[in-house]
Amino acid sequence: MVTAAARLLRDAEVVFVGIGVPNVAVNLARRTHCPNLVLIYESGAIGARPARLPISIGDPALVTGALGVCSMPEVFHYYLQRGLIDVGFLGGAQIDRFGNLNSTVIGDYAKPKIRLPGSGGACEIAVLARRVIVVIPHGRRAFPERVDFITSPGFLGGGEERARLGLPGGGPEAVITDLGILRFDPDTKEMILTSLHPGASLDQVRAQTGWELRVASPLGRTEPPSAGELRVLREELAASPSPASG
Amino acid sequence: MTMRDAMARLVRDGESVVMEGFTHLIPFAAGHELIRQRRRDLTLIRLTPDLLFDQMIAAGCARKLIFSWAGNPGVGSLHAFRRAVEEGRPRPLELEEYSHFGLALRLQAGASNLPFLPTRNFDGSDLPGVNPRLQQVVCPYTGQKLWAVPALEPDVAILHAQRADEEGTTQAWGLTGVLKEAAFAARRVVVVVEEIVSAEVIRRDPNRTLLPGFRVDAVVEEPFGAHPSYVQGYYDRDNDFYQKWEEISRTEEGLQDYLEAWVYGVPSRQEYAARLQAVRARLRAASAPCEPVNYGY
Repeated sequence: MVTAAARLLRDAEVVFVGIGVPNVAVNLARRTHCPNLVLIYESGAIGARPARLPISIGDPALVTGALGVCSMPEVFHYYLQRGLIDVGFLGGAQIDRFGNLNSTVIGDYAKPKIRLPGSGGACEIAVLARRVIVVIPHGRRAFPERVDFITSPGFLGGGEERARLGLPGGGPEAVITDLGILRFDPDTKEMILTSLHPGASLDQVRAQTGWELRVASPLGRTEPPSAGELRVLREELAASPSPASG
Repeated sequence: MTMRDAMARLVRDGESVVMEGFTHLIPFAAGHELIRQRRRDLTLIRLTPDLLFDQMIAAGCARKLIFSWAGNPGVGSLHAFRRAVEEGRPRPLELEEYSHFGLALRLQAGASNLPFLPTRNFDGSDLPGVNPRLQQVVCPYTGQKLWAVPALEPDVAILHAQRADEEGTTQAWGLTGVLKEAAFAARRVVVVVEEIVSAEVIRRDPNRTLLPGFRVDAVVEEPFGAHPSYVQGYYDRDNDFYQKWEEISRTEEGLQDYLEAWVYGVPSRQEYAARLQAVRARLRAASAPCEPVNYGY
């Protein structure tokens, strides 16, 4: 998941980063093919070069050696809403066939079966970033036909619905799971499996997806992590505390 | 002022209290004092409720929560928060929920004495459907539809910062999140600092000032007062404790045992810090000074 996500970044892009897998992916990209990547964290760190993987989104390690620090209203107004963020990373508990994400509740909002943390900055990233990369482990419960709650809009009901509503950002570009890479049909905006990771099978992906999943033809195979990527992951990024959500 | 006096004089039952610091500079010492004073029916406001509000919810201080991300940052769930929402224990908790941008904007509107502020956020999200305070407005100049959030003016703001002078002029560095917006939005302001310094120290470096003293009602000197969160230049996060919280808070009993031992059973933050001397030494921040700048003209 980490290397596949890192490879979708292009050098010198401005990336809005969260904690967890995206954080590892972005810091991997910065140490490999994207030395000029600009990391922005919603907490207000601009051009961060954290010496350790941040243990939370407000880690002072994001400040030490950063290009700048600003308040959160500044990050949201002048960077995100201004349209300066090329790529936003998102995760969630659920994603549906049109890339809508739920990180709010499982079940009914008023009487939830599971109360999840909520949006944080996810809603505005989904609405405002030029493109969004989603990182989420594959699983039947995580890939329902419709999410229980749209915290962060993808392509809504598909087709032109997102464009009609006038959301400034471009919406999800790719979904990286532990089994493969999925992209979106340019017209219908439906999720399509485009690449299988090494060791994963199409049957496995279908079994872990809650709708009749479309599959690209030909179906790609994700390149395994290179020796260089593995070295950075193991030697430079692995020593830090285990990253969960947040 | 002592923490006990500040909380007794400036925070009353039933009031709305914003306690900010975005995973950095979290006013834990103040929260523990509010728990010890058995404050009740508070509307608690924070972008990230964090362990601080998990403890205050479990202690029965909260009636309502206004928030945008309720997790244990970098670790997982907030179990007291989830028990209150999913099972109504120890009492039901009313929720008013935003995204970070939405809640930051509410405080900014309050700080600016405006009735609302608009944003390009929220289209397509289900958040407006569960929060009627998010309303659409039409721009009078372009006809564009935007979403609006109403001003939030809490009764009290409680903030942690690195230093202030006796008058309360406060300086903070590192990530400041929505500290300034919270302070200017609230009716009363309490600042808790690692150290009180002379006014000359403040006046030699005015760009670092977050708030002038005339905006601050009480300043409390409380070293280690943000533990287990971080304070840039002073101490690192006690990440072991954040991870242990997962276990401590998983049951109501475990959480109450913690409160007995580390909140009710400790008279002050000085005593709390004294019990954690080894931890405190381990968390001391490394040195990374910047070059002085010339304020001359």
